Amino acid sequence: MDKFGVANSQKYDVYASRLMPREEFFTSGHRSCQGCGEALAVRWVCKAVGKDAIIAHATGCMEIVSSGYPQTSWMHPWIHVAFENTSAVAAGIDSGLRILHRKGKIDHMPKVLAMGGDGATADIGLQSLSGAMERGHNFTYVCWDNEAYMNTGIQRSSSTPFGAMTTTSPPGKQSFGQSTWKKNMVAIAVAHGIPYVATASPSYPFDLYFKVKKALETPGPAYIHVLTVCPTGWRSATDLSVRLGRLAVETGVFPLYEVVEGRYRLTVEVPKLKPITTYLKPQGRFRHLREPQINFIQQQILERYELLMKKCEAPYPEFPSLVPSEEGALWISKD
Amino acid sequence: MGHRKGMEVSIAVSHAVALARAEAIAAYPITPQTHIVEHLSSMVANGELEAEFVNVESEHSAMSACIGMSATGARTYTATSAQGLALMHEILFIASALRLPIVMTVANRALSGPLSIWNDHSDIMAAKDIGWIQIFVKNGQEAFDHTVMAFKIAENSKVLLPTIINMDGFILTHVVEAMNFVDQEMVDKFLPPYSPRHTLDPKSPVTMGAFAMPEIYTEVKMKHQVTLTDSQQVITSVWDEWANLTGRAYKPVERYKADNASTLFLTMGCLGEVAEIAVDELQAAGESVGLIELRLWRPFPFAELRAALAGANLVIICDRALSPGGAAPPVLAEVRSALYALSHRPQTLGYIIGLGGRDVSPESFKDIYAKARMEIAQGPSQEFYLYGVRG
Repeated sequence: MDKFGVANSQKYDVYASRLMPREEFFTSGHRSCQGCGEALAVRWVCKAVGKDAIIAHATGCMEIVSSGYPQTSWMHPWIHVAFENTSAVAAGIDSGLRILHRKGKIDHMPKVLAMGGDGATADIGLQSLSGAMERGHNFTYVCWDNEAYMNTGIQRSSSTPFGAMTTTSPPGKQSFGQSTWKKNMVAIAVAHGIPYVATASPSYPFDLYFKVKKALETPGPAYIHVLTVCPTGWRSATDLSVRLGRLAVETGVFPLYEVVEGRYRLTVEVPKLKPITTYLKPQGRFRHLREPQINFIQQQILERYELLMKKCEAPYPEFPSLVPSEEGALWISKD
Repeated sequence: MGHRKGMEVSIAVSHAVALARAEAIAAYPITPQTHIVEHLSSMVANGELEAEFVNVESEHSAMSACIGMSATGARTYTATSAQGLALMHEILFIASALRLPIVMTVANRALSGPLSIWNDHSDIMAAKDIGWIQIFVKNGQEAFDHTVMAFKIAENSKVLLPTIINMDGFILTHVVEAMNFVDQEMVDKFLPPYSPRHTLDPKSPVTMGAFAMPEIYTEVKMKHQVTLTDSQQVITSVWDEWANLTGRAYKPVERYKADNASTLFLTMGCLGEVAEIAVDELQAAGESVGLIELRLWRPFPFAELRAALAGANLVIICDRALSPGGAAPPVLAEVRSALYALSHRPQTLGYIIGLGGRDVSPESFKDIYAKARMEIAQGPSQEFYLYGVRG
């Protein structure tokens, strides 16, 4: 780490942009909202994937904004079937390609990807994802996690963070918003014993890019969980999407790491975690939160971060400088 | 060419799938379909069938995986029953809309609840509008023949629609029957390798499953409707080709001793064989009665059915499913609808029989015949009857 607090592993990223391919496989003209972090993530993932791949996509925002007949944003062979079955479709594609290759009907095996939102992954599609991972299909699953059912109008999913306001987890006299902690999809994927699992963010495009490459090169199932900022659902300014993605990492809300053959490794080091309020404040979905919930979130984030650092055998970063507020309930940053 | 052999019908169907050189199979266990996929699985394991067999974690995923397999260009097969078909339901519509020629055997079984593993047609009748070609068979020979033929029909470039072969669970799937088999050489000549128009191929990328705005949805549905209706020509020509090769001829609507009969039974699936015995015995007793067996359920063979029924005074339509609270059970409703346009149409009476594995004997048909005649003489008291209800 240098005097500016930049970790060594991140230093050379400034040169990486020149090495990135210029070819686009997720083309412009799609109908995503202004500031959509998900469309940005899709673009980067497709760039990393390269030409020789087949994509199965779940119903959801990215499907709807990109595939209105007779137009398409996808330069890859692409198939959408339904909401909850994308992993099964990808499994079928993998098996179909395998037998056609074995019989000499195709000359090589293209890469196979499945993509879906957090609802399609952590909720309705969890069974088919689990089945496809367990059977060991050679495919890479990419979850676009915008932390709610944004396509249908911002309803809560099991991936919605604690305290967040959605249209089905509204704050009220008896409610402070989402009352459950975000489902740990990464741990679920790791528990399947698959060779490659990672978190990623389009706010760290080179980290994302190389993780996708690694996932595709790994034989067998791979899972990448991408946090994608949704200004529409998060009630955040559209010009803050990349910034919020970085804040999610810098506050410890969404650490970037990978799990290779069960071994955890932190890929983006955060020398000093920022207080959670820096992440919560720009988002309208957390506007209603009061001290007890913010305090709880901060404690949980730090505890979970500490556990992850142990798994990664990484040094524990500096705590955010926090002192109790006068009421004793809320931790406030000294910075 | 070919040989005659006794075999369980499920195993014969799995041999038909292997003879058709199915390349990709995704299946989930459900009684009474299991013997088919078990034997396919062992054929793959023994290297007798060069195919990918995927043990998916549900029927929903079975149909989803079949879509993925078929979209790559692999010849794709699966089988299911009852709850499995119901769990697939959502994806069945998409498979046909994507125009993927998947072939599926449905070992017909009652839908829960109450849970029943036994035979009726409530599973497939709940899926009659999925946009697939749907064929019913009444014995092992037909099950074998139609399984091979289904691939040729489904993959025809004018059709490209998934196809279901319905065979009655247990009553047909688990019976041992003497059947005439055909050899691989003949099937290879009859059924060339699948050459799809579009596949998921990075060399020529396509988007499959784009969504449709109101401006185009109706047109897509119309195209599907026209294609499914027109597929009857391909279906009958494939059946004719098979008849030339094997001597076994099939028609969308089969007639059994139906010429000049005043009363006609109408059945689907293996009830036909039981009804045939009853018709023989009733005719021997001097009754003017015959039998119509509806083989092709989708596309619905309007012209053939009208021609077969037009001369009769009374048609007794035997359903194996109930449409609770509805106007009529499904087959009765459709047959009545088909006859309505005729200026001289026969009277129709519906009998729902054999639900949830309830045994149906030739005596049942004779009893229904007597009851129906009496009802007609008195004027029918109900729209349709649930036959044999106790208490």
